[in-house]
Amino acid sequence: MSGAALRGLSVDPPRKRMTPSRLSMHTPEGSSLRSAAVTAAEPDPETSPELASTQAETPAAQESSAPQAVPPPPPVPGSDADILARAQGGDHYAFAQLYAMHKRRIYSLCLRMVGNVAEAEDLTQEAFLQLHRKIATFRGDSAFSTWLHRLAINVVLMHLRKKGLSVISLDEAMEPTPEEGPGRSFGAPDLSLAGSIDRLALERAISDLPAGYRLIFVLHDIEGYEHNEIAAMLDCSIGNSKSQLHKARLKLRDAMRTMPRREGRR
Amino acid sequence: MNDHTTKMTCEEFQSQMPELIASGENASEHPHVRECDLCRALLQDLETIAEAARQLFPVEDPPDRLWEQIESAIKQQEPSRG
Repeated sequence: MSGAALRGLSVDPPRKRMTPSRLSMHTPEGSSLRSAAVTAAEPDPETSPELASTQAETPAAQESSAPQAVPPPPPVPGSDADILARAQGGDHYAFAQLYAMHKRRIYSLCLRMVGNVAEAEDLTQEAFLQLHRKIATFRGDSAFSTWLHRLAINVVLMHLRKKGLSVISLDEAMEPTPEEGPGRSFGAPDLSLAGSIDRLALERAISDLPAGYRLIFVLHDIEGYEHNEIAAMLDCSIGNSKSQLHKARLKLRDAMRTMPRREGRR
Repeated sequence: MNDHTTKMTCEEFQSQMPELIASGENASEHPHVRECDLCRALLQDLETIAEAARQLFPVEDPPDRLWEQIESAIKQQEPSRG
């Protein structure tokens, strides 16, 4: 087992499709998303230190130390920045374009978090309605996609709380039960996943996770949030976040190992 | 090498796994893992799951009617804003 691979497991995962050199640092929004996001929005160096360091290496950043700052050029017509600016100005067509750009990501997030199509549709709708109401308040302190993503997560969390899921009253679930004790999870090596998991089987296993486990697994392992961010979002301790994530992975492992080999593994 | 970590039981090691993994340390180098096939297999499986999760990407598009609903709701909101 490689150290790098384990670090991938341990250090908060980079967003998918990042280059290896950035594996150890990430923001909730991956490079792929960032590229699709509105580029006019400037990352917040405090919340996105890796972006700050990246910027610092660019000629533009070097020039910023010059006595006279050059104002940013106006958005290129049709660019993401232009679409955002127009949507902020009340342009319905631009807002529809924003929806088209981000609907898949937001809907997938909602679906994974709640595990229910009808609820995911409702939550996606609510997220974009909130976006419509609040878009004028977006000031570019972070990437637009990050901002929208956070907004959607808050919509989902509010929904779950309304439903009575005290997201981390799941603390109770943190206490090992006789069935969930640490000794239960390991099995004979010949039943291991052998380094290969079918994506659809994993998606199904994730959707079958208990809500609290699923939430933390999705936020950490799929969306790439760090434990301290998750703890703040879910109002739980960092230790709880780590522990719940570990239990979620154990449950997924159990689920994947009990799936028929043809279905559950490549 | 710490004698206790070497002689750690599987249960003891696994109770420490969440913190160990989250710490960013190379858990595969842990003395217990080097000696224990079962815990090594567990660690590899968790790594496989985490890696597979990172490969997941948004695959679901919402139904087309959702935009129609959103558009309709926006239109209803706007007159009330005045």
